Amino acid sequence: MAQITMAKALNTALRDAMEADDRVVLLGEDVGTLGGVFRITDGLLKDFGEQRVMDTPLAESGIMGISIGLAMRGYRPVCEMQFDGFSYPALDQVISHLAKYRNRSRGAQAMPVVCRIPYGGGIGAVEHHSESPETLYCHTAGLKVVTPSSPADAYSLLRQSIEADDPVIFLEPKRRYWAKQETDLPVTTEPIGTAKVRKEGSDLTLVAYGPMVKVALDAADAAEEEGIGSLEVIDLRSLVPLDEETLVASASRTGRMVVVHEAPEFLGMGAEVAARVTEAAFFHLEAPVLRCTGLDVPYPPARLEETYLPGVDRVLWTVQRSLDF
Amino acid sequence: MDQTDEQVRLLADDGTPLEHDTYRADLGDDDLRDLYRQLVVVRRIDVEGNNLQRQGQLGIWAPCLGQEAAQVGSARALRPDDFVFPSYREHGVLYVRGGMDVLSVLALFRGASLSGWDPKERNLGLYSIPIGTHALHAVGYAIGAKWDGAELCAVAYFGDGATSEGDTSEAFNFAAVNSAPVVFFCQNNQWAISVPLSKQAAGPLYKRAFGFGFPGVQVDGNDVLAVYAVTKAAADRAREGGGPTLIEAITYRLGAHTTTDDPTRYRTVDELDMWKAREPIGRYRAFLEKAGLWSEELERDVQAEADRVAAEVRAAVEDMPDPPLSDLVDHVYADPPATLRAQWRRLEEFEAQFASES
Repeated sequence: MAQITMAKALNTALRDAMEADDRVVLLGEDVGTLGGVFRITDGLLKDFGEQRVMDTPLAESGIMGISIGLAMRGYRPVCEMQFDGFSYPALDQVISHLAKYRNRSRGAQAMPVVCRIPYGGGIGAVEHHSESPETLYCHTAGLKVVTPSSPADAYSLLRQSIEADDPVIFLEPKRRYWAKQETDLPVTTEPIGTAKVRKEGSDLTLVAYGPMVKVALDAADAAEEEGIGSLEVIDLRSLVPLDEETLVASASRTGRMVVVHEAPEFLGMGAEVAARVTEAAFFHLEAPVLRCTGLDVPYPPARLEETYLPGVDRVLWTVQRSLDF
Repeated sequence: MDQTDEQVRLLADDGTPLEHDTYRADLGDDDLRDLYRQLVVVRRIDVEGNNLQRQGQLGIWAPCLGQEAAQVGSARALRPDDFVFPSYREHGVLYVRGGMDVLSVLALFRGASLSGWDPKERNLGLYSIPIGTHALHAVGYAIGAKWDGAELCAVAYFGDGATSEGDTSEAFNFAAVNSAPVVFFCQNNQWAISVPLSKQAAGPLYKRAFGFGFPGVQVDGNDVLAVYAVTKAAADRAREGGGPTLIEAITYRLGAHTTTDDPTRYRTVDELDMWKAREPIGRYRAFLEKAGLWSEELERDVQAEADRVAAEVRAAVEDMPDPPLSDLVDHVYADPPATLRAQWRRLEEFEAQFASES
């Protein structure tokens, strides 16, 4: 077993996918010579050449539109949006074509495109480099939306995403890029659409994904140490498809649930999880499903992000609200 | 907007053949006659589309009246291997490429499908409703084809309005940087719904290409031979590794934007009359007559073919079944989420209540 960062796991996943299937091509801004601004594509241009790793003009809608055309030619493009806040010019292509093409062709034309987006805050960056736009994608039928929280999952979920015939928005929690985990690569974890119980507990279920899984796990550890209670932590791993079964089973057991995410609360994943769990586990719940999230405001300046983002203390405070209910 | 010295023309307004230094239409007599048949049939299909909408058989129709030469001439210059990315008014292109596949388009405008054809079957992308977006798909396809060493080109059809969209400029740029085998075929029909070209662009559209680093050419879009020749040259150039070309075909949308539109609110009768006098089919017939290729018999055959196709279209639309309810969910995902499957089961349960009543 080796200590591996998520960045390295993603890089290895891309390399292995390209070796396994020569239809897999990478494109995006600075993904070639530089290896990406986060170095996720480091070394791939050198080893696979310009026809497999394409430095594109600075135009995100173009990157997505080109990816769609490449998919129609039989390729399996993996494109990169450099930052969460730079992904919006491509939204028209994503919503109007990427997500719809299969449906519009009555299943004849698949769109095996993976769109990688480094997302989330907590790195002291400017606002447009710190956002969590997952709801925009989750609300667009036809897409799958996946986000790993660990290096092993990053590797396996990216490999699965590239092999999928449905388009996948692959959200990479950039603040977790450099965190290490002991794992061997290649590694196969659970399939897309499966949530994972990261820590078992009996008093309350914390639901998190991507960058907030670490925060939730830290909160669960603290809750145990401080005698607040035994918290279960679920890592959603994929937002679409959503693993309702695992959520409902856990909530039915613990009777309490808190959903944690960086994205604004309003119409966020927490709302979806709360509605579904409330409907399916209504008589098991001791308290309403609560949310601990970013505020319903634009991403703040970096000096305020610690307050904006859910941290261990605010998660525990929300947990207490649920326990007190 | 009017004819300029720069515009490629092979037929004068009265059908007299014109010489051009660069372009000539290398078509034999049978092809020249067949071109006439296609023009006439496309116009008849279009008229039928309008009629079917007026009779409630279609929800809406986007007429291509007046643009037949631009569509038929360009589509005829392509090979089956070339891949076409149409906008939503390219019925003539579809007819040339796929014969009665044009029925898929009628299904779309009837509201029975969202396009529904398999793009791979005739190398024909789905109708793109959002303006200009599909130009990028053509470039992506072309880049892939180039990587594959395939000798083909991709063709993006769009209108004058689409040149204002960012995606169109991004497509120009990606194509130029990658020297992609693409033909950008702009039908400048002078109007984007109610907005005239003068409010859309301040300079000639074909010259946009120069700034991106590839050739642009303006052609008389109502001159089917010139359109054919210019498109063939651009397609050959692309297939041979020469990179993209922008063709601006000057034409005119003689009909409404769609059947929901009322062009009398924004354009004059004089303008319409001016362009009616320059419509493409009469001019081409005059050419055939001068060339000794037109005959009463040809006319009878062509009209009979148009009647036959129109009757077929009408019958097919009138008999067109509504799509199955399962079309709502069956094709959204290769591997649908469990939540969607559960939602569908619930809806089936709801619908089942009414099964005995129907």
